[in-house]
Amino acid sequence: MRRPLRSTAVSAVVVLLLTGCGSSAPAAGKTLNVYAAASLQAPFSDLASEFEDSNPGVSVQLNFAGSSDLATQIIAGAPADVFASANPATMERVSDEGLLASPARVFATNVLTIVVGEGNPLGIDSLDSLADPAVSVVLCAPQVPCGSAAETLQQAAAVSLNPVSEESSVTDVVGKVSSGQADAGLVYVTDAKAAEDSVDAVPINEAKQAENLYPIAVVRPGNLATEFADLVAGERGRDVLSAYGFGDQKQ
Amino acid sequence: MNAAYSGVPRWLIAVAAAGALFLVLPLAAIVLRVEWLRFGELITSDSSTAALLLSLQTSATSTVLCVLLGVPLAFALARTRFWGQRVLRALVLLPLVLPPVVGGIALLYTFGRQGLLGESLRILGVDIAFSTTAVVLAQTFVALPFLVLSLEGALRTAGTRYETVAATLGARPTTVLLRVSLPLVGPGIVAGAVLSFARALGEFGATLTFAGSLQGVTRTLPLEIYLQRETDADAAVALSLVLVAVAVIVVALAHRIQEGDAREP
Repeated sequence: MRRPLRSTAVSAVVVLLLTGCGSSAPAAGKTLNVYAAASLQAPFSDLASEFEDSNPGVSVQLNFAGSSDLATQIIAGAPADVFASANPATMERVSDEGLLASPARVFATNVLTIVVGEGNPLGIDSLDSLADPAVSVVLCAPQVPCGSAAETLQQAAAVSLNPVSEESSVTDVVGKVSSGQADAGLVYVTDAKAAEDSVDAVPINEAKQAENLYPIAVVRPGNLATEFADLVAGERGRDVLSAYGFGDQKQ
Repeated sequence: MNAAYSGVPRWLIAVAAAGALFLVLPLAAIVLRVEWLRFGELITSDSSTAALLLSLQTSATSTVLCVLLGVPLAFALARTRFWGQRVLRALVLLPLVLPPVVGGIALLYTFGRQGLLGESLRILGVDIAFSTTAVVLAQTFVALPFLVLSLEGALRTAGTRYETVAATLGARPTTVLLRVSLPLVGPGIVAGAVLSFARALGEFGATLTFAGSLQGVTRTLPLEIYLQRETDADAAVALSLVLVAVAVIVVALAHRIQEGDAREP
């Protein structure tokens, strides 16, 4: 009795291991894999469900992460159909590998804004007021898109900031300000809008000079991928994106 | 080595080999991915050396704090009995299983500017926000349980025979502690300290959440690796290998100490 029981247990373990390792893709219908910058989470979730409604049987799988992580994944062979990046440079990395099936086109813009604690206790009203050494400012590190935008903005506005910390993500900048650890931070308008319950936004006059462009491109050729990119870059896409604070390049 | 009977069935060896492979293969993958031609240049850049030095310095400070706080804590847990001891032990070991980012949030609401102690610290003129002190606090928080756990184990294994004898010979508790107990578990303390050092060195989540990230001040090696990954994957891999090398040295050291401990009569 013992031996069969043991081998059953062993094969059960083996089966568990094997099924655990296999990826579980949805069986029925077509799946469209959309890789999008983390900042696009809200508008792309809306657009994806609209797309599913108008294309019965199609399921849109959204993969949100930092643009450069996504680019690395796509270059490593991840099955992306559409890629929407938070900056043209990252899109270029994918394009340089010859992995784009369509030219990239800009579908949205984003600008930086100052975020401060609720009620703006220090009365911060401009980029200049952040240069005061008594104000502790948190920026994104120059290596990440929001940080390089902050550098461009400082140059354009001829202001030099001494950050107390250079975070690797927008979330961390907002977190440091909303928790009161820092007095102010620079993030995108859309991030400030998403966090409006915990921080206040102060617009920057020079913001347009460090405008961030969001390109989208088809990675694996296909009608669905092209249609989805068209939806995002079209009239409807613009409406949804602007509701979340994104700008329109044609403005 | 006894060749006649190894004491384990053969299939167990096969599974053990799979387990070992699972742990070793990713490390081999890092070594294979290293861009050796640029390795020296990548790990000696300003930002890399600043991060490595900061990591070594903060981890060493955290280890000292762990020994100062952890040794008494381990003694209290192993050698005394008090109400709520079991609950306290569970709570003390909690940072072992908590995701580090949770530790960071907890520290933020304790020592942060608007935290539990923030106001009192501000009155004292102490502001640890975005300072190296914040890094040390984060590292100590996650590393302390390692020292307590390993020393408490050593204390229980050692027993209280010698202490009892010393006490009956008229030694006062402090004398017994300093002259008998501490020398007896010395290797246990060192091994625990080495483990704490290793844990502090690898600390990432709590530091990122609580201390921030600025070159030379709060950006330790793991944070530097995380940031480099954004733009220079080769640099991130090279620095990862440095961290792996340091970790290997530390683990080997701890192992030697424990083996030496076991060989003692």
